[in-house]
Amino acid sequence: MSGILNSSIGRKIAMALSALFLIFFLIIHLAVNITSLFSADLFNELSHFMGTNPLVQFALQPVLVFGVIFHFVLGFVLEVRNRKAVGTISYKKNNGAANSTWMSRNMIYSGLAILAFIVLHFIDFWVPEINHKYIEVLPEDPTRYFGELQHKFVPVWRVIAYIVAFIFLSLHLMHGFTSSLQSMGVASSRKKFFKNFGLAYSIIIPLGFIIIALFHHFNH
Amino acid sequence: MNLTLKIWRQKDSQDKGQMVDYKVTDISEHMSFLEMMDVLNEQLVNTGEEPVAFDHDCREGICGMCSLYINGEAHGPDRGITTCQLHMRMFNDGDTITIEPWRAAAFPVIKDLIVDRMAFERIQQAGGYISVNTSGNTQDANSLPISKHAADEAMDAATCIGCGACVASCKNSSAMLFVGAKVSQYALLPQGQVEAADRVKNMVAQMDLEGFGNCTNTGACEVECPKGISLENIARMNREFMSANIKG
Repeated sequence: MSGILNSSIGRKIAMALSALFLIFFLIIHLAVNITSLFSADLFNELSHFMGTNPLVQFALQPVLVFGVIFHFVLGFVLEVRNRKAVGTISYKKNNGAANSTWMSRNMIYSGLAILAFIVLHFIDFWVPEINHKYIEVLPEDPTRYFGELQHKFVPVWRVIAYIVAFIFLSLHLMHGFTSSLQSMGVASSRKKFFKNFGLAYSIIIPLGFIIIALFHHFNH
Repeated sequence: MNLTLKIWRQKDSQDKGQMVDYKVTDISEHMSFLEMMDVLNEQLVNTGEEPVAFDHDCREGICGMCSLYINGEAHGPDRGITTCQLHMRMFNDGDTITIEPWRAAAFPVIKDLIVDRMAFERIQQAGGYISVNTSGNTQDANSLPISKHAADEAMDAATCIGCGACVASCKNSSAMLFVGAKVSQYALLPQGQVEAADRVKNMVAQMDLEGFGNCTNTGACEVECPKGISLENIARMNREFMSANIKG
């Protein structure tokens, strides 16, 4: 088994597994957030559950944070290794667009944009939550979540920042979804389905988050 | 047609190297790209200059020797061909053509446009074979039934000529299409399955040792491959590698 973790293919598989985990997490995240479009009570209820359930807080949340950090760190490790493999002299003329998509060639840049967004997102939502619950230990009000969400999307700059980040997320997923399956060795007979499913996922999930940000900006 | 060529010149592996401009005139559109290079070299020899060193051998697209990164693409702008099969009709009179060697840390430049591709040879030696001596004791074909589908896929993988266009096209200088093809051509056939686990582990280990990059599935290799080797071979190699390591 050690051969897997120390090899190029092992790193690909680890990257793919963490990606698939994060892809699954995005569905859960959107499913919870989308309820804020039609029911403040349901959104509050779900957020209260997510924010106070010990299993979510002390088991799933650390796994998620680890998954995010792991995906980014390994992404950077792979980028450094790949740049080393290319060598010191690069092509004077390189027509990358002739044989591959922009998304596939620029995963590091779309990834960096998403990383910058996650820093903002943590400062916006995660840090105040941790402060509320574990540092200042303020009394829990199960109805506070919807108001906090609406309040965050009042400033235009934040809405624009979120929309730009979700466009990068979409571009990242357009390559990342099928790429992670290819790394896991998914057979070609099923590829067309996964390609279409991946494209739909890459558009629908970020679009859902964009709609939520816009909705609360215009309806607060 | 008259052309301007921008060619990478490098005296030896230690030289820094640089792009040098050349003019060639009266090039026929029916010439192959390598014949155009021959015309340039004749011109250089006649003027007492050092001819441009480039790899070539069979000139019919089966040996894998000719390389060249032409106008930003391995084997130039056409599809499913090697450089010897690239014709000058793909270019226009007055064009400027940029010609560079394969770029990868594992393919160091020896001279001008020639790179050392022995890394591929060492990967092959690490497991790209079966240990049974098949010469002189050929069995009846019907004694070992193989499905048409598996035979076709193995044959497709085996058409890899080891030219290195996959590495040259990959933004990560990954050799996984080459290794995937070599692993697949055996993994698909019963003769290769006996040593399948050791083969994939040893060939991948050698590939990593040579300093090739990690595949990020851009698919550039598949598009530029002169033999149309499919990315499916990389997926198969990944499966073979996982199963070999899980089984121990």
